[in-house]
Amino acid sequence: MEKKAKAIISDPMVDNNPITKQILGICSALAVTVKMEQAVVMSLALTFVLVCSNVIISLLRKGIPRKIRIIVQLTVIASLVILIDQILKAYLYDISKQLSVFVGLIITNCIIMGRAEAFAMQNNYKDAMYDGLGNAMGYGSILIIVSTFRELLGSGTLFNYSIIPASIYLENGGWYVNNGLMLLAPGAFIILGLIIWVQRTYTHYIED
Amino acid sequence: MQHNNLYTFKFITIITLVASFLLALASTQLKELQEFNVELDRKKNILKCIGKDVALMKAEAIIVEYKSNISNIILNLNGSTVENITSENLESIQNKSTGQLNYFLDNVEYLPAYKSSSPEAFIIPISGKGLWSTLYGYFALENDLNTVMGITFYKHGETPGLGGEVEKKWFQNNFVGKKIFDQTGELVSIKVVKGKVNDVYSDDALNHGVDGISGATITSRGVSDFLKRDLLRYEAYMKNNRTN
Repeated sequence: MEKKAKAIISDPMVDNNPITKQILGICSALAVTVKMEQAVVMSLALTFVLVCSNVIISLLRKGIPRKIRIIVQLTVIASLVILIDQILKAYLYDISKQLSVFVGLIITNCIIMGRAEAFAMQNNYKDAMYDGLGNAMGYGSILIIVSTFRELLGSGTLFNYSIIPASIYLENGGWYVNNGLMLLAPGAFIILGLIIWVQRTYTHYIED
Repeated sequence: MQHNNLYTFKFITIITLVASFLLALASTQLKELQEFNVELDRKKNILKCIGKDVALMKAEAIIVEYKSNISNIILNLNGSTVENITSENLESIQNKSTGQLNYFLDNVEYLPAYKSSSPEAFIIPISGKGLWSTLYGYFALENDLNTVMGITFYKHGETPGLGGEVEKKWFQNNFVGKKIFDQTGELVSIKVVKGKVNDVYSDDALNHGVDGISGATITSRGVSDFLKRDLLRYEAYMKNNRTN
């Protein structure tokens, strides 16, 4: 892979991470990170939508009339989201039941509209695909990190497998209690804040 | 690049047509599979609430098991069985504020229920409001129409880890073996208490309560309320058919 493509993919992973740097897509990062399984499926669904929408919009970019470009972008994105929602309902029914409305809400995920408008409208379809992939992975990696902490501390499990031994729980005569805060949105906020803090300490990025 | 209005119209028309064609295609192609999943999930939950281990069962096995074991019965409000109607004929209407489902045919209300042959059980659908959402599930009684065989929830939108614990084994297992009628024969249902049932109740009352979910008082209260409400609708049938 050429150098430019690598840069396009790796940039949004850390330096320009859509969640921790641009603070986009927070809503779903709070909503679907209670369990890792949900976070992974959500990340895959978003990857599908983001890569496809970036490629389609990039291919259409010279033909899209400027006045209605947002409408066209939204039509493409909304169609893709409905498509993935239908596919999940047909093939991964149990998980789609857990994700419920959040798959539908990918439409309003600022990352997708943001990448369509900021990148896909100006670049060729190959770069747009790399950009979509990079941003989706940047989003997905944060989701997975946050959900790892939330599931482990909030439910004592990872991918629904018990990690914390049952014998140390208070109800079994031990001393340990799951942290209920982690199951609620504020828990995700705190973890997200800590991740951003760590990242900015490391990259020396300061908000203007 | 500047485009005139005619071009804009043409462009958006084509985009919309292509998008709607693709979505219609996907929707019609996947519809059968989706409806199959919803129906399978329903069957799975009915089997689950009579104590079958469905977690590892394949779709075909669930269908076979359901077909050979479960039959649908329709009751009128006096608690007698009505022949010639199946649950497909009934139209369900939901009470928006309580989440209760009522079933009608030609403006007459009926009560759908299920009977299982092995183990012998009487199963009713239950639904009602929790904190954020309406919960839907099934509730199974043993042959004496008094002892609880199981409870499941197949649809809800409660907070995972808090109210969402209603779908967990530990919560549902607490119901097994409890009684819905007290010693005087009154329908008291099962109450989800606050905290541990052993700390709250004693003696006979222990048969009518289960441990609550900490941090989910309103969901717990909701489950107690709609369980009792739905059971009361079937009380006539139970009183007619109780064996003890």
